[in-house]
Amino acid sequence: MSKILDSIPSLPVAESVEKLMDWVTGNFSALFDFIQTGGKNSMDFITDMLIAIPPVIFILLVAIAAFFATRKKFGLAIFSLVGLLFIYNQGLWEEFMNTITLVIFASIIAIIIGIPLGILMSKSQVAENIIKPILDFMQTMPGFVYLIPAVAFFGIGVVPGVFASVIFALPPTVRFTNLGIRQVPRELVEAADSYGSTGRQKLFKVELPLAKSTIMAGINQTVLLSLSMVVIASMIGAPGLGREVLSALQRAQVGNGFVAGLSLVIFAIIVDRLTQSLNKKQ
Amino acid sequence: MEKIKVEHVTKIFGKHIGSALKLVEENKSKTEILEKTGATIGVYDASFTVNEGEIFVIMGLSGSGKSTLVRLLNHLIEPTNGSIYIDGENISQMNKQQLRKIRREKMSMVFQNFGLFPQRTVLANTEYGLEVRGISKEERRLKAEKALENAGLLPYKDQYPSQLSGGMQQRVGLARALANDPDILLMDEAFSALDPLIRKDMQDELLELQQKVRKTIIFITHDLNEALRIGDRIALMKDGKIIQIGTGEEILTNPANDYVKTFLEDVDRSKVITVENAMIRPITVNIELDGPKVALQRMREEEVSVLLAVDKKKEFKGYITADDALEASKRGEKNVLSSIRTDMPTVQPDMLIQDVLGMISESPTPIAVVQENRLLGVLIRGVVIQSLTTQPEGVTAHE
Repeated sequence: MSKILDSIPSLPVAESVEKLMDWVTGNFSALFDFIQTGGKNSMDFITDMLIAIPPVIFILLVAIAAFFATRKKFGLAIFSLVGLLFIYNQGLWEEFMNTITLVIFASIIAIIIGIPLGILMSKSQVAENIIKPILDFMQTMPGFVYLIPAVAFFGIGVVPGVFASVIFALPPTVRFTNLGIRQVPRELVEAADSYGSTGRQKLFKVELPLAKSTIMAGINQTVLLSLSMVVIASMIGAPGLGREVLSALQRAQVGNGFVAGLSLVIFAIIVDRLTQSLNKKQ
Repeated sequence: MEKIKVEHVTKIFGKHIGSALKLVEENKSKTEILEKTGATIGVYDASFTVNEGEIFVIMGLSGSGKSTLVRLLNHLIEPTNGSIYIDGENISQMNKQQLRKIRREKMSMVFQNFGLFPQRTVLANTEYGLEVRGISKEERRLKAEKALENAGLLPYKDQYPSQLSGGMQQRVGLARALANDPDILLMDEAFSALDPLIRKDMQDELLELQQKVRKTIIFITHDLNEALRIGDRIALMKDGKIIQIGTGEEILTNPANDYVKTFLEDVDRSKVITVENAMIRPITVNIELDGPKVALQRMREEEVSVLLAVDKKKEFKGYITADDALEASKRGEKNVLSSIRTDMPTVQPDMLIQDVLGMISESPTPIAVVQENRLLGVLIRGVVIQSLTTQPEGVTAHE
């Protein structure tokens, strides 16, 4: 039996993927260079801006935002205050700002791509049938694998880090947008149609407003996923807290690794609670 | 004047439409066709005309295709076969734009569960039809406010639908439809989700409104009493087919077949009016909230000498008289608990008036209509006698 199996030559899947990659990098290198330079410059700019804000003011602003976003409760505000002071105290401020930039860029790009894709998916059964398996693929493929094409396209640095994060963080926004629109009660869709709404009017006046809280839940997930890619992206040279974790790992420095990891957790909790309370408010 | 003309319209859901059609022609039943082909018959070979200014009721049990039929009229569902004419124009041949124009200007729909947009205020909901037409902000606000005023809802314009009761929500639904000033109103089980008393009020309001505005109304219902009450003509449906069309009287006196007859047996029983048809809204006092002063004030306001006592869950607890409330008030009591009398007889809403007449004439107090402890209404001698002589349900027709 095994002889028959062995007699089938190994399929050249790996070779084909590599050839495809070579072709893409060869033919679109100008485009990738452009994105790499443009992306790096704008992200550096944002990071510099963030670093230019005096840490005290930054921390206070976040605490005040947390206070109002949670409807004037002190819990999250105090947590933000203490947590951010801790990060500053540990000398990780600059790394923290780098991480913020990476998360912001990855999330915004994922949302810009994800919401229209989700809308398309909800409107067309064909689109759903095509996109759904791709999303499954994107979510189950280990995040590390995205680093390889990211490096091939953009070299190393922060831009490939964002690229890999976007791919990894995109699916929830797409899925939740699709779900939110499909969950709009049939009678309301019929009401919109029966009054002669165009497709666009129906989408913007009825479906998206009603799907808003579901979409926000998806965005929350996307932000947290892009945050979870920070450590992995640091393997290809993305700066930030992830790099601290990675270097601690490489040098077996438990203490440093713990501090950097804890900083990430603090950031994640603040981001999560803030985006969630935005959702509740609306 | 013919407003709507429906010619041999058929709608079949699912695949294998051809073989399903063949089976319907062989007079197979709906379930049989579903088993054999997987296709569902929505509507089969429906033909009728509706005249301008008429209330045309389409009635049938659930699954009879009545809701599908009304959605075919504005093409929310596209027919498999047949043509639908509005003012002589075949809407089945219209492109999207023409169809939108018809929906925006000629017909508006009212839904069973109201179909109000929860994120919009009452006013914004009422404006919706005008908004999608691209009418200017000032003009549509003016028109919407007028529609709300006619419905007595202007004070609620800034509230959200969830803050209103079912009856009021449906008034908003109706105001939204009328704000568009359409020729045709499509009402899909519009009053079915409402309490019996409110349903009756809404029917009255619709008839009153119709006196003024003279729209062409297609009204879907599963309730024969409702159909007889408001319909100029009635179409009876079963398994997607229209079985009989006629005035209420024609259908009652001349049922087309046995199915119609068995359907009417329901009415034959209610021909002798039920308690539900004769009861009126109770004037109540809440024993958990209201004190004797409130009770007295309410009696003065409503010009009654007896209030029915309920708790917060609207469960019936008894009644309180003006004399007792006055005594309690003099004693300075804070609530009415001690003054409650419990000797009021109760009846079920589905009992026949005939069977409770004796009780009504003997009882010194009104009679409470109660279902599962909840107070639904009250029977008062004068009103009951009046309902027996006028029979507002129109069901005397074939006695």
